[in-house]
This record gives sequence, C-alpha cells and structure tokens, in this order.
Amino acid sequence: MGVEQKLGNMGVVTTTLESMVNWSRTGAMWPMLFGLACCAIEMMSAQASHYDMSRFGMELMRASPRQSDLMIVAGRVSRKMGPVLRRLYDQMPEPKWVIAMGDCASCGGVFNNYAIYQGVDEIVPVDVFVAGCPPRPEALIHGVLTVYEKVKGEKFVVPT
Amino acid sequence: MDHKLEPIVKALQDQFKATYEEFRGEVHVFLTTEQIIEALTLLRDKHEFELLSAMTAVDYYPQTSPRFHVIYQLSSLAKNVTVQLRVPVNGDQPRVPTATRVYEVANWRERELMDMFGIVAEGHPDPRKLLLPDDQEGYPLRKDFPLGYEEPQFTFNFDEIDVRKPYAKE
Repeated sequence: MGVEQKLGNMGVVTTTLESMVNWSRTGAMWPMLFGLACCAIEMMSAQASHYDMSRFGMELMRASPRQSDLMIVAGRVSRKMGPVLRRLYDQMPEPKWVIAMGDCASCGGVFNNYAIYQGVDEIVPVDVFVAGCPPRPEALIHGVLTVYEKVKGEKFVVPT
Repeated sequence: MDHKLEPIVKALQDQFKATYEEFRGEVHVFLTTEQIIEALTLLRDKHEFELLSAMTAVDYYPQTSPRFHVIYQLSSLAKNVTVQLRVPVNGDQPRVPTATRVYEVANWRERELMDMFGIVAEGHPDPRKLLLPDDQEGYPLRKDFPLGYEEPQFTFNFDEIDVRKPYAKE
C-alpha cells in the first residue's frame, strides 16, 4: 500500500515549501496545558468529547513544554506565577505561539490589584487574545483557528 | 461568656491586669507586647489551649496609636472553647515578639503578617516572604495601600496608558 493508491489520479502536487511546512504545522499543534483558574475548565471541555478539539489536529495536551508549540494561558497569572510562566515559555522549542485565554490573562480582568499581572503580554508575547469570562469552548477553538490563520501566513526568514 | 471560659479570663485578668471585651459570645482579651508570650505559654500549659487556630491583624488607619491589633485566636479542643487575644501596636513601630517558640504553627502565620501588614515578628526563625514575591513593595492589607493597580484603559486615555504599559519583547 503505497502513496500512489492514496493519490488516485492526482499525480503530482506542486506547492511552495513555506505553505507546505505551515500547513503541516497547523495540522498537529500540541498545546501546553497552562490552566490556572476557571478558564481551565472551559479548556478541558473544549478538549473533551462535546467540542473535541482534536478535530483540528490537537490531539494531545502536553504537560511538558519541550513537546509543545502552543501555550494556552487559561486564567489569571499572579506575580509569583509570572517567572514560572516565562520559564516554561522559554523552554518551549521554536516555533511557538501563545493564546491568552479569557479576560484575566488578556488584561487582568476584574482583578485590578497588586497580585495579578494586568495581561500576560507583560511577560510573554501573545498571538491571540480570546475574550470572555470564561470564554466558551467554541471561542477557544475559534482562537486556535485564528492562530492557524496566522501560522499559514508566516514567512520564512533567513536569520541575519 | 461560656462558663468554662470564665476562670481562664479571670486568670488572665489577675496575672496581667488585662481588660476584656465580649461580643456575641466571643471574648477578646487585650494584652501588651511584653505580656503576650507569657500569656500564650500560660494558656497552652495550664488551660489546655493546644491550638493556635488563627493569627491575623486589623488595621485601624488613620488611627495611629494603636494603629494595629494583632490577633491570636486560640482553641482548646479539650474544653471546646475559643479565646481571642489582642495586642494593640502603634503604627510607627509595629513589632510583636515571635510566638513560634510557644506555638510552632505561628511560623507561617507570622510570615504572612510580615508580608501583608508589615508587622515584624521579632526573633522569627525564618523571616522570608511567604505569599508575596520577594520584590513586592508595600503591605497590601494595610488600609493606606492603593486599592487598584492600574488605571483602566478607555478610548479617551488608551494611548496615554499604553505608553506606560510594560510589554514583553519576545
């Protein structure tokens, strides 16, 4: 059983390397679980059978930053958690993306006080902010698909 | 007052000339910083108060003398009574002697007190911060600590606040 049988009459497909690589990245993005508060419950239900995020190739939530390329910060980040978050972000291999899920992670939400970071973008660069308190699983999935759109448009650059 | 508590309060009154207040069946005994360790030891050894169930403080800002009340809530499991000891301390020198030598559990409670109120437990074996990050400035549970952290962004002041916001650079 070779690839010929799968291709049928299509024969050869031509594309650019960029779009090929970007396509494969959007096909299997492994998010790192970073559930910090109630948003984590919605993140779990987005994973579970009702919403089933694995339809979009996100089969696994990884507990290890070494194996993941998307960080979903779900919940408020306290000032003591900040260094931990940054360290885990630094441990993730490139390329990597970050979703700030919910109001607390995006802008501090209702916690306008000394203990909570007023938006996780103070510590890590965020690609997509998902609004809501907490956002519904559909909103999170939409956020992930928005990341995919961003990934598909990425250009390779030669490091100078 | 609980009839089991009466002889205990009487003993504190006799030994320390302490005053007490009663509110809805709870008894607050007022003591000074010099007396507190001796009183705790007495209650633990003679009156079966084997548990320091809570330790906290109250800020009576803008009153300065006394500004704080340090509160020791003691429970006796044997007698099924609780008593509250209050130590008034002034705002310019908020210090109490450490209670860790009487109740081991006071260790973390005093560290929390130092974090949140800036009330120093003198002679504490491990005076690091417990709950707050090491670079925290100010004492959050004091009444003069600012309530909010960042001014909310609206359309009219968005840019002005955005300039001051710290953003991560990769």
